[in-house]
Amino acid sequence: MFIEKFDPLKDDMIQILDPSGKIVDTANMPALSEAKMIKMYQTMRESRIIDEKTLQYQRQGRMLTYAPNLGQEATQVGSASALRQTDWVAPSFRELGVWLTKGAPLDKIFLYWFGNEEGMKMSEDIRILPVSVPIASQLQHATGLAYAAKYRKLDDVAVGYVGDGGTSQGDFHEALNFAAVNALPNVFIIQNNQFAISTRRALQTKAPNLAAKALAYGMPGVIVDGNDIFAVYAVVSEAVERARRGEGPTLIECYTYRMGAHTTSDDPTVYREEMEVDPWRGKDPIDRMYKYLVAEGLWSEEQEDAFVRETADRVKQTFETVEKSGFTPLEDIFDYVYAERTPILEAQYQSRKAFYEKEGK
Amino acid sequence: MLVLNLIEALTNALDVSMAADSSIIVYGEDVGFEGGVFRATKGLQAKYGVDRCFDSILAESSIVGSGIGMAINGLKPVVEIQFSGFVFPAINQIVTHAARMRNRSRGLYTVPMVIRMPYGGGVRALEHHSESLEAIFAHTAGLKVVIPSTPYDAKGLMMAAINDPDPVIFMEPKRIYRAFKQEVPEGIYEIPIGKAKIVKPGDDLTVVAWGSMLRDVQKAVEILEKEGHSIELIDLRTISPIDRETIITSVQKTGRFAVVHEAARSFGPGAELISIVNEGAFLHLEAPPTRITSVDTIVPLPKGEHHYVPSVEGIVAELRAVLTF
Ligand SMILES: Cc1ncc(C[n+]2csc(CCOP(=O)(O)OP(=O)(O)O)c2C)c(N)n1
Repeated sequence: MFIEKFDPLKDDMIQILDPSGKIVDTANMPALSEAKMIKMYQTMRESRIIDEKTLQYQRQGRMLTYAPNLGQEATQVGSASALRQTDWVAPSFRELGVWLTKGAPLDKIFLYWFGNEEGMKMSEDIRILPVSVPIASQLQHATGLAYAAKYRKLDDVAVGYVGDGGTSQGDFHEALNFAAVNALPNVFIIQNNQFAISTRRALQTKAPNLAAKALAYGMPGVIVDGNDIFAVYAVVSEAVERARRGEGPTLIECYTYRMGAHTTSDDPTVYREEMEVDPWRGKDPIDRMYKYLVAEGLWSEEQEDAFVRETADRVKQTFETVEKSGFTPLEDIFDYVYAERTPILEAQYQSRKAFYEKEGK
Repeated sequence: MLVLNLIEALTNALDVSMAADSSIIVYGEDVGFEGGVFRATKGLQAKYGVDRCFDSILAESSIVGSGIGMAINGLKPVVEIQFSGFVFPAINQIVTHAARMRNRSRGLYTVPMVIRMPYGGGVRALEHHSESLEAIFAHTAGLKVVIPSTPYDAKGLMMAAINDPDPVIFMEPKRIYRAFKQEVPEGIYEIPIGKAKIVKPGDDLTVVAWGSMLRDVQKAVEILEKEGHSIELIDLRTISPIDRETIITSVQKTGRFAVVHEAARSFGPGAELISIVNEGAFLHLEAPPTRITSVDTIVPLPKGEHHYVPSVEGIVAELRAVLTF
């Protein structure tokens, strides 16, 4: 149990699995079934494959702007694996591992990043709000989801994700304050990947760390090694169970690193040296879990090769199908502005349609 | 003379202004070290130091709110909102304070600041990266709203905005940031805020546009002129305060009017322009004044964006209808 005794002002970081793949805190190793561990590993691996392929498609001009998750897989998959299916997620835009863990179909995810809103129309039981681009705004929704769950006497928890840069926005502070004041079943997860585009974490706050901000709102704040999937899972599980029992919100800073560019529109060589990135390669979240699983006899090189090959094929096929989907139908632009098209929208729709027909499009 | 594209002209405007006036401070998200995500402030931190060009915290309300304080206390902040779609956390500061400080203090405190923001679509971007929000600002008393469409105008208008005694919302057409280059004077010059420009004179129809849309309208005008029509094309350049005189004089001459904009249709800038035409040139009109605009939906993601914004063919068709009414 970490949360009660953790003091963010001491600037420690919770770790269970070290970069060499060894368990350094056996007492706190979460009791995960073999099947679940393998699933978590595979989801991280899948996330990495999707990112690598998508970046390649983007360079070929086949994909739009994309925000890769490279290096942050344990933060995302570890945290989402601690949730129950009915728990809510209010995501930002860099949570591929969360979507995959919650069961979001890849074709939908691709469709969204391909530039069609239809991709965000997930099945309701995924329980993730659509990608939220305005930084930190989604945390406020997480508080409302939690308030409603509490009011309706459902014991669902609402998790909000935000980046280190996002902790500077007013919305971050307002959401935490609201959640604490109302003792809501929330967990706020900061993916501290050290950068907000080019801006370093040190330029966002003079606080010793981001978890320390929790103290001002009267909630616990914890720092966890975000590249250690067991630590992330253990801490988030504890926070989720606390929230479920009605003991209020928790702020969790997952300390990680953005290995790739901010998005495909960004060139990190302008603001950071390769030298700086290098040490983080040795802390890779996927390598770390791979070493652990192999040492425990739960995974092998052969299984790895087969999994990578099959997944890469599936990802490729899925993308190629999505790529054929073409443009968004005209109706879709008009049909979701309101429950029903207003007279003005109907007139504008008819006029665009008539124009296309006349032009033979 | 320099030969610059639009974004280089803006960088040059900031550079030349900062060299001449040490009260100018430039900041915003990623504006300092990397020089902004579009590189509008490239090189300024290296040249003028971190105190004069810096990376703000990631908070638009702070960017504008702190700028208001700086402006009141003798500085001239030029702040960047990374994309106009992200201005909303700062709307409170812009509308309730920047726009009103002069009035509230009866002129004792004023806010001579520039709030820059890339705007507009057609760049295959994610949600909130494609909006055209000029009407929101133009509807707010106390703000000036400027949109350049060429490198030459961009520099001159930026210098005028920096020296303007009131807050200026400076909207930059990011789709044409790098579309073409133009000769731009090296030193200081201003293009007056509040003055439209007649891009080309004509007799049969007045067309008003601004920003990135101007280029599409120019293409449409060329097509129609080959058919024998004579069109007067006006670049509005300042949305507020609007240049009524240039528009009215033109329509009194041509008798026909159309406005083309990327912003949504209802309650958009086109509605204001048509009212001006009705008020000032009604008896000269030979056809109903027309607005050619985006539709009243949410700005779609890239795979649907072409449904939203007027196309060159669409503009030609609608202008032809006005010409042949
Ligand atoms: C309100 C708002 N302002 C600006 C942006 C542009 N923007 C997109 S991502 C980003 C940086 C976010 O950094 P961080 O919160 O650390 O998350 P990360 O991208 O590192 O995952 C910025 C400034 C935005 N999306 N929303």
